[in-house]
Amino acid sequence: MSWSYALRRIGMFVAVVFLAITINFIVPRMAPGDPTAAVLEQLLSRGQQVEGAADIVANYRARFGLDDPLLLQYGRYVWNTLHFDLGYSISYFPQKVESALLQALPWTLALLLTATAVAFVLGSVLGALIAWPRSSRLVRSLAPFLMVLSAIPYYLLALILLYVFAVWTKLFPLGGAASSQSALTFSITSAIDVLHHAFLPALSIVLAGLGFWALGMRGAMINVLGEDYLALAEAKGLRPQRIFFAYAMRNALLPQITSLAIALGTVASGSVLVEVAFNYPGIGYVLYNALRSSDYFLIQGVAFFLVLTVAVAVLLLELAYPLIDPRIER
Amino acid sequence: MSAPVLDVRNLSVSYLIGKQRAQAAADISFTLSAGERLGIVGESGSGKSTLALALMRLHKPPARIDAGEAWLGGTDMMRLEGEDLRRFRWSEISLVPQGAMNSLNPVMRIRRQLADAIEAHRRDWTRAQVQARVQEMLERVGLSPKVGDLYPHELSGGMKQRVCIALAVVLEPKLIIADEPTSALDVVVQRLVIQTLKDVQEQIGAALIMIGHDMGLMAQSVDRLAVMYAGRMVDIAPVRDFFHRPLHPYSQLLISSLPSPDETKPLTDIPGMQPSLFDLPGGCSFHPRCPLAKEPCRQTEPTFLPTGPGRGTACHVVRESLDEPH
Repeated sequence: MSWSYALRRIGMFVAVVFLAITINFIVPRMAPGDPTAAVLEQLLSRGQQVEGAADIVANYRARFGLDDPLLLQYGRYVWNTLHFDLGYSISYFPQKVESALLQALPWTLALLLTATAVAFVLGSVLGALIAWPRSSRLVRSLAPFLMVLSAIPYYLLALILLYVFAVWTKLFPLGGAASSQSALTFSITSAIDVLHHAFLPALSIVLAGLGFWALGMRGAMINVLGEDYLALAEAKGLRPQRIFFAYAMRNALLPQITSLAIALGTVASGSVLVEVAFNYPGIGYVLYNALRSSDYFLIQGVAFFLVLTVAVAVLLLELAYPLIDPRIER
Repeated sequence: MSAPVLDVRNLSVSYLIGKQRAQAAADISFTLSAGERLGIVGESGSGKSTLALALMRLHKPPARIDAGEAWLGGTDMMRLEGEDLRRFRWSEISLVPQGAMNSLNPVMRIRRQLADAIEAHRRDWTRAQVQARVQEMLERVGLSPKVGDLYPHELSGGMKQRVCIALAVVLEPKLIIADEPTSALDVVVQRLVIQTLKDVQEQIGAALIMIGHDMGLMAQSVDRLAVMYAGRMVDIAPVRDFFHRPLHPYSQLLISSLPSPDETKPLTDIPGMQPSLFDLPGGCSFHPRCPLAKEPCRQTEPTFLPTGPGRGTACHVVRESLDEPH
């Protein structure tokens, strides 16, 4: 891999993150009015008397630096953001936005990374097998079933799973990440408890993702099977497994890996509806609460975090891609 | 002539499309002796490639082999199935593909692709033996051993075709089929690639079937030439006889339509079109375009009969003239 290729990719990454930060700064300031006056107006409209309202507004404007020139505010904002100082959360006050995110992050990462990885591997193998002419009739007839599966929204799947396995048969807990989050220790019982709680949310994400990955892989595989190099591989008298893995699947995986990078990037934002359905304390759940309570700083924080993780995932993919596909510039 | 290495008997391949059946190769018989080069020419859709694919058993539905045998060194390839077929391919019969541009796996180094072919058939070879063989083959087709470390996209078209030739001879098969091996290359590279193909084929003593359109290139490269028309093999002859004294009217027209640098004459063509395989004319398929067509040509299909050593023709008119006392 050449340095100029790597540097170009890293430059692109910095540009994207910077652009995202800037948009995050500009959009709220394009709205009319200012936040302190808005809070006061709310209080006034409820009939509360506020003494010296104008003074309070001026006081807070000065405290938050809202009277400073826009450029100075922008500089300060960028500086703080780069130090992961994302401001105070309104709904979790006095908790800061970054600490709310960090608390939720491990749960989301563990749940979604695992579920996405399982869905990707299972889906890709299944999709490749569905397209493979030597597969059994049973495997090859799975395609319509997977189409149905991928058409069902994952939150609906979550509700069905909840009803069947938690409400009806009571095999799994209704929600939460653990029986008692504060009592978690590094022990086998705790681990089993966490896995027990994560199983249904993970299953709903895997099932919903399975169709997507399998159908994508099936399409890519059908394309590859029509290539001349596959006919020659067969003419060479290679073993069918060798043709399947090294000639067909290896090439069909390339477009899948691009989708995987994007999927991995969105993992950090959580799977909002699944986390809400299962009451799972991940980033998606935080975002849901932030939206409900108009916690702008927290929403901004999650948005920034999402852009950052997608950008990181894409950067890693682009740096790794020349190793996977030699035709990409090294 | 020595005993034939390849003996194709009454091979018929058809495509079933909807309820209609098209005979893309009808009742084809020919033999090939060791080291012999046979060229097969014909218009697009005449069944040349269908024949080549069927011989390798690489035909895909809707193509189907209806009947026939193809004996290569004591084995009827048309009866092979599964693991036997896999082992037979490449060790006994190999292919130089039509689209060398896309015939190599884009994400695998050249060395690996050659080694793959060896390892699939020679399980007892050590890694060093395999690598030595790969190296030797690349050198034989005029490529630097460094090419082995490259990926296909780093090679030119001519180099890729050379890699394909190296691949075809790596197991020293008895028969090589080259399906329009030079169709995507420029004229200069064409000559070099054909020369390379001939050289390595002679070195390993394999028989070669070369399929193509270019009569000039064929004239210089093969020992015998066969002509296909509408799924039938209509003419086969040693290349010298073929050009000096063509028998079948179609062959005669093909040769007279070749441009000649010596005499300036207007280019001629053969009037009419090759018939659709779904709607063949009765009798001889060529009779609507044939200047010599007579009554029997419209009635019955001519059978393919030998007309001399290594020669054969399917034509009523030729048959008649040969039967007449001189």
